[in-house]
Amino acid sequence: MPEADVRDDERRVQGLDALELRPGADGPPAAERLRRIWAATWPKLVAAVLVLAAWQAVVWSGWRPEYVLPGPDRVLPVLADELASAEFWQAVGVTMRRAVTGFALALAVGVVVGLAVSRFAPLRVAIGSLITGLQTMPSIVWFPFAMLLYGITESAIMFVIVLGAAPSIAGGLTSGIDYVSPSLLRAGKVMGLRGVQHYSLLVIPAALPMFVSGLKQGWAFAWRSLMAGELLVVINQQNSIGWALSQARQLNDAERLLSYIIIVLCVGILIDVFFNWADRSLRRRWGVTAS
Amino acid sequence: MTTITETPPRTAAVEIGDITKVFGEGGGAVTAIDGMSVSVGTGEFLAIVGASGCGKSTLLSLVAGLDRPTTGTVDVGGHRVSMMFQEAALFPWLTVGANIEVPMRVNGVPRAERKRRVDELLALVRLTGFARKRPHQLSGGMRQRVALARALAQDADVLLMDEPFGALDAMTRDILHDELERIWRERSLTILFVTHNVREAVRLGDRVVLLSSRPGRVLAEFPVEGERPRRIDSAGIAEQAAVITDQLRREVSRHA
Repeated sequence: MPEADVRDDERRVQGLDALELRPGADGPPAAERLRRIWAATWPKLVAAVLVLAAWQAVVWSGWRPEYVLPGPDRVLPVLADELASAEFWQAVGVTMRRAVTGFALALAVGVVVGLAVSRFAPLRVAIGSLITGLQTMPSIVWFPFAMLLYGITESAIMFVIVLGAAPSIAGGLTSGIDYVSPSLLRAGKVMGLRGVQHYSLLVIPAALPMFVSGLKQGWAFAWRSLMAGELLVVINQQNSIGWALSQARQLNDAERLLSYIIIVLCVGILIDVFFNWADRSLRRRWGVTAS
Repeated sequence: MTTITETPPRTAAVEIGDITKVFGEGGGAVTAIDGMSVSVGTGEFLAIVGASGCGKSTLLSLVAGLDRPTTGTVDVGGHRVSMMFQEAALFPWLTVGANIEVPMRVNGVPRAERKRRVDELLALVRLTGFARKRPHQLSGGMRQRVALARALAQDADVLLMDEPFGALDAMTRDILHDELERIWRERSLTILFVTHNVREAVRLGDRVVLLSSRPGRVLAEFPVEGERPRRIDSAGIAEQAAVITDQLRREVSRHA
């Protein structure tokens, strides 16, 4: 083939490629990004201000005496004091350690069960609906039984966290594996993917987005179970968020009570933001979203 | 390897001997392929056309070794076989380069060697510089070229293609025909190319095999005339395609 022809072909291919690629696919410039961040931030700030205003309005209406329902003007300084105290961070530390340990246990159990269920059909038939059923169960009903089994110990709390979170994690993993696109599986088969590589190179990465959704839901259940557990299973007066909440109630310390509620809310939001970020960056890598 | 002469002696790369493929059992059994024999020469570009239900995809699965014929034999004579589909089926979580590496990882190719071969394969499909892109950042035609590079990364010399350009626009398809033809020559591949598109078959094939539907059998074979590279819009291609299309139409009306 003459040299000119070869070059011509090459140019044709490159020309078409250039035409078919979206221009400006490298992401928005810095100014545009800043504008987007602002657009995502200000409604949240306005909402926070509105909530505080509504709260203050209820306080001012005199619906409940102020020692029962203090306004933000009294709660926020207490919250600031708490944030500066070592005791507070100790309580948060204990609670978060329990949360992380419990979630890790649930993760281990959930992954093993999820893999087993997706691999062995009879097992799926046997416990598939049980897993779904467990997900719908309010975890608090397990506590009396857990306390019988383990006494007033951290193990009782862990037991309930695992029962609450593991089914969601297992469910996310199984449906992730179930919905791996058949065309990818076929491509894997053609390439000779087998055994461990079939899982490590194909099935697990393909199942990841749904698995992350399962993790997120599992975390929500774990966090709820933990809070319920800390209120019910009070271990040796050990400091924790739950312990601080029940202390504050017993001492009629409404300011402290509300500050801890705000903390619990904030932890929930923070973790949710983390999972959403993980979910979004996965989707962006996969090209699932249009953005 | 033998030296290339004007008309290379063709030993068969793929020998399909009187195969039958039945899916299911008893009353619900469906015969997808019934007594099909095809011989594909080494280095041959064989196009297979047929209407729906001719067992084209089943045939390719059998050659790829993904499935076994009910009766008869498929002999690929120790050739390595790889396969491409209508959808590129690239792994969306991997970069283009990492996608091409997958078959090499399966074959235990060391890392440095893999990188080198990814570069070489990307150059072959004219996608140099795209190794770090993700599949969703490419156009459909570019994805199919990556899929081709990935198929070649399997070290296969027999390439099975199941309507690989079926989902592409005419302009892209036309360019990819040229590209595929060039790569087929450069790599001395043996290609089994299944398509619904008769013109495409005539444009690409050394020979076109026409299949009947339900069950799939070989209806006729047409050696394609005309120097390469051919043009899909040339009169010679149109004439030969018309003959095949007529016979395909007769076959389709038979099922009315």
